[in-house]
Amino acid sequence: MTTPVEVLDIPTRPSAWARFKDTHLFHSFTRDKVAMVSFGLFVLYALAALFAPLIAPYNPYDPASIDIMNSELPPIWQEGADPAFLLGTDAQGRDMLSTMLYGTRISLMIGICAVMLQMFLGVLIGLSAGYFGGRVDSFLMRMADIQLSFSTMMVAIVVLAVFQAAFGAELYADLAIFMLILVIGIAEWPQYARTVRASVLAEKHKEYVDAARVMGFGSGRIMWRHILPNTLSPLLVISTVQVANAIISEASLSFLGLGMPVSQPSLGSLISSGFEYIFSGAWWITVLPGIVLVVLVLVMNLLGDWLRDVLNPKLYKG
Amino acid sequence: MNAQQPILQVRDLEKRFNISGDFLDQLKFQGGKIVRKQENVHAINGVSFDVMKGEALCVVGESGCGKSTVARTVMGLLKPSGGSIHYNGERIDQLSDRAVLPYRKKMQMIFQNPYASLNPRKTITQTLEEPVRFHNPGMSETEVKDKVKAVMFDVGIDPGWGVRYPHEFSGGQRQRISIARALTLDPEFVVADEPISALDVSIQAQVLNLMMKAQEEHNLTYLFITHDLSVVEHFGTRVAVMYLGTLCELAPTKTLFATPRHPYTQALLSAIPRLQDHRPNHIKLQGEVPTPVNLPSGCVFHGRCPHANDRCRQEVPKLVPQSDGSQVACHGVEEGRL
Repeated sequence: MTTPVEVLDIPTRPSAWARFKDTHLFHSFTRDKVAMVSFGLFVLYALAALFAPLIAPYNPYDPASIDIMNSELPPIWQEGADPAFLLGTDAQGRDMLSTMLYGTRISLMIGICAVMLQMFLGVLIGLSAGYFGGRVDSFLMRMADIQLSFSTMMVAIVVLAVFQAAFGAELYADLAIFMLILVIGIAEWPQYARTVRASVLAEKHKEYVDAARVMGFGSGRIMWRHILPNTLSPLLVISTVQVANAIISEASLSFLGLGMPVSQPSLGSLISSGFEYIFSGAWWITVLPGIVLVVLVLVMNLLGDWLRDVLNPKLYKG
Repeated sequence: MNAQQPILQVRDLEKRFNISGDFLDQLKFQGGKIVRKQENVHAINGVSFDVMKGEALCVVGESGCGKSTVARTVMGLLKPSGGSIHYNGERIDQLSDRAVLPYRKKMQMIFQNPYASLNPRKTITQTLEEPVRFHNPGMSETEVKDKVKAVMFDVGIDPGWGVRYPHEFSGGQRQRISIARALTLDPEFVVADEPISALDVSIQAQVLNLMMKAQEEHNLTYLFITHDLSVVEHFGTRVAVMYLGTLCELAPTKTLFATPRHPYTQALLSAIPRLQDHRPNHIKLQGEVPTPVNLPSGCVFHGRCPHANDRCRQEVPKLVPQSDGSQVACHGVEEGRL
């Protein structure tokens, strides 16, 4: 029933990929070698973590595949190595390569999940504080100050040590991964809350927010659908740094014996378990996961730095 | 239709902004005692006016006189500190967010800065469709799309541009989109807060004509906030002149421009630059606008008024209807001195 007059030549929207290729983000990415190398390495890490069970030659979680007679074998380029174990074995006879792949998987998973929890709490609290202002803002931000006055490590050590003492090491070993995510997630939410609040304070006085209020939209709709999308770039930047921080926290806790159990080692607990053997010559148990951890954290920080430069509105207005 | 029927009635509207900060900031040490001191900016002090159906009431005044505050209070963006606002006879300034929803549909607002009033992360179609969907939950997808398309045609925006983001448009186009957003809900009453002051002069006329066209086609009533007197002459049915949060004079446009009564209005009008300005007879006002924190007693204008006497310094003048249909708040006019 459409008359020819109503037929409009509406141009189709270019595909998402085509639009992305036109963005400032993409252009500066193709010009920045550090960003490209970092991103490449990060993708490599992510793939290795995701497909660890397929890539790893052994399953380090399977006690049947471990032979104590193979313990402390050096990497393949050293004398006395067994060609079956590319990067040597640890004190229990587990293949280092497989253990590190699984460890990266656990470290990354804890890091990303903890940051998702931080982001959820931080965005919820920061958005409410910034949007409602007044007493709500004062209350929530003082909570954030209190949370920040306890260092992450202190909170984590106390909570995890009490949990371990109260419920026993066995239950702890089963729940360690969730506990770590919870503790790291809850301890660091003020970072997000402050960032979001600052952006919301800047955005909420803009006229498009008034326009939305004049339309009669509710606070929730205005906060989540109108203001939040305009505060996403700083969130993206701190997320990369926060994932790196969470991985470091997890590694530190594991090193202190409060993180992942020896049977499911993360990178941190691998470093820790190798520490006892470092002076007996078996340096690879500590050094190799150490290198993997340092490179992972470095790559994420470099990506975060690059993103911060690109998304800085003072350098580029987008 | 009855032209004399008021659509909006504002009575003794007051708005104060507290500027003394939180509780600890309010404590001051004075004369050996700790006292709690609160300071307010008196943005609006007892403003009363009616907006008649179908007219364009222009509110003029210099910066900081409270005209935008009046607009925002009328729209419910600010809660009034005193007084009342009635829309079609119903009091709307004390309604809850939910109860005010039906009025949101009828009252819409156009904002000053077209660069800030559109959400940068939403395409034009998203911006325009959201209010339609929100207020008409029963509408089908095609009805919503047709409605938005029709409004975009109305304001001279190609519906094909709907997939674009606001930063891809010029100021004038954005202001058209803002107008379209206000019109999508078929309002009766539109508050325009300096809608053209951020635009290029050549675009100002376009947008103004568009607003007048919309007024005719949709039978709109405008409350038009501006500081541009030439726009008022062109656009307004009646004019309200504000000074320091009070209404000085409210008159039909022709009457006001022909015979301004209030001394402030006279000074304001004499400041319009004219082409044949051989002998400029600008009335030069002495002094500065007083601070709205400590309002002067009596008539707020008395400090700068050449005709002020003792009564002006003590008694606040009321808006008094005059024989020519205007209303003037001035003791001098009331006494026949001026």
